[in-house]
Amino acid sequence: MITRLPERWQYRLLLWPLPVLLLLCYVVPFAGIVTWSVTLPELGVDNYARLANDPSIHAVLWRTLYLCTIVGVCALLLAFLMAYCWLYSSSRWQRWVELCIFLPFFISVLVRTFGWLVALRNNGLVNSWLQELGLIDSPLALTRNTLGVIIAMVHFMVPFAFFPLLSSMRQIDDRVLLAARGLGASRLRVFISIFLPQTLPGLLGAFIMVFVFCLGFFIIPAILGGGSTLMAAEYVFLQMFQTYNWGIGAALCVLMLVLVSGLVWLLMRFSRVERLVG
Amino acid sequence: MNIYRVGWLAKLLALITMGFLMLPLAAVIPVSFTGKRYLSMPEGDWSLRHYIALFNSSEWIGSIMNSAIVAISAALLATLLSTAFVIAVWYRNNQWTRWLIGLCMLPLIVPPVVSAMVLYFMTTNVSHIAPSLGYDSLPGVILAHTLLIVPFGVINMLVAISRVDRRIELAARNLGAGLWQTTWMVLLPNLRLSMLTTFLLCFILSWEEIAVTLFITSWEVITLPRQIWSGLRDNVDPVVAAISTLLIILTLTLLFLRMAIQGWRAGQQHP
Repeated sequence: MITRLPERWQYRLLLWPLPVLLLLCYVVPFAGIVTWSVTLPELGVDNYARLANDPSIHAVLWRTLYLCTIVGVCALLLAFLMAYCWLYSSSRWQRWVELCIFLPFFISVLVRTFGWLVALRNNGLVNSWLQELGLIDSPLALTRNTLGVIIAMVHFMVPFAFFPLLSSMRQIDDRVLLAARGLGASRLRVFISIFLPQTLPGLLGAFIMVFVFCLGFFIIPAILGGGSTLMAAEYVFLQMFQTYNWGIGAALCVLMLVLVSGLVWLLMRFSRVERLVG
Repeated sequence: MNIYRVGWLAKLLALITMGFLMLPLAAVIPVSFTGKRYLSMPEGDWSLRHYIALFNSSEWIGSIMNSAIVAISAALLATLLSTAFVIAVWYRNNQWTRWLIGLCMLPLIVPPVVSAMVLYFMTTNVSHIAPSLGYDSLPGVILAHTLLIVPFGVINMLVAISRVDRRIELAARNLGAGLWQTTWMVLLPNLRLSMLTTFLLCFILSWEEIAVTLFITSWEVITLPRQIWSGLRDNVDPVVAAISTLLIILTLTLLFLRMAIQGWRAGQQHP
């Protein structure tokens, strides 16, 4: 039956189902969210005025940006270290590094958050190790606060920063490093003056990616933060299902999407996305 | 071989980082074997009671079944849709199709909570017309998951198809095959294994999806992550430790399976 259709139509039958589905079920509903943000509870830009003026929302937004920056920097440092060790080590090391990146990457965020809840509790692994080592007398408070959220989010983000960093490091020509050594530069000098500058586009790209992913996160703060670390995404969740204030939730979503679009635009300008993925 | 070597300090720091990455997974496993009723480390009282509780609970088993149905259907849909799309893009790549690829990447770039709002809007509106397809229904969740995981399918298939030799299309066309025959008899057999790895990736992503599921279900369709979420929010139930341990083992298995398939394919390509 399909073979009887003209080729033009066969081609369209292959190309269009996915984009049409996305347009109908994803792009069009987004227009609905924008409508909510200006019509609920009543017509007008009240919700956006609240976003601009309400100090409690400002606190949430600043906390979100601040936490995303800290998490981005920490995740980047750890991922940089792992990618660097992967690149310049034996294949046995490489396999271990891969396992430590891939296994957490594929495990549900809920399981990982639960793992941190178990590890960081007052009588959890980390506190009992620290006490046995004699470093602390009484258990540190690591869950139900910001520190726990940061630890778990950094853990979540390391794999996401690892892949773009690795692909930018792999483009560095070893011979340039060798040449610098040959000309008498010390190893530290080679690292700082030759290696690091060449990974800057990758670092920037990875940072933006991690930052964008952090913005929309609410599972980890909701479980480990214990209400003390309200971030933008969890705020939206509460507005939707606890205070039923859909308008402000929708407005915050629109704001987040604008912010993300700006960041993605930056990412496209500074580094080619294909390179980060491939 | 490498002219450039990693210093001992970097290696030590990397070892600590690897410990950090594995710590939460390692912490879960012993807790699941505790003999006590509450969350604790087993102190000589190892037992399987929480695993038995897990398998005797109709809530947990029901949520596992729901998740399996959703993940298999969504992964299948996402694999088929992204394969068809990527094949079309491969035939003719121009400015237009690049825009369409950008469109397909949207659910990956948009923050999960915004996706959740969008899909909440979509499913509740579908519910006005057909309640059994919209909010808090299996087909609704399957559709939402498909949309969410499709970017990963498209990326995976784009990478796979870029390795296919363009001359096979020319050869098929020269021998008189139409577009349909070329796709069905020449291209798809070359993509079979990539479709399988795409399916596995999509399966894992849908299986553990929580952010959007929280928005678009209430109490009819409880998926496994949703059940874990409720187990974590109230008093932490040690059954969560048991199911987490099982999930870690399952993920390890799938990961090794994926690596084995890729290894086998690499061996096939370079004998």
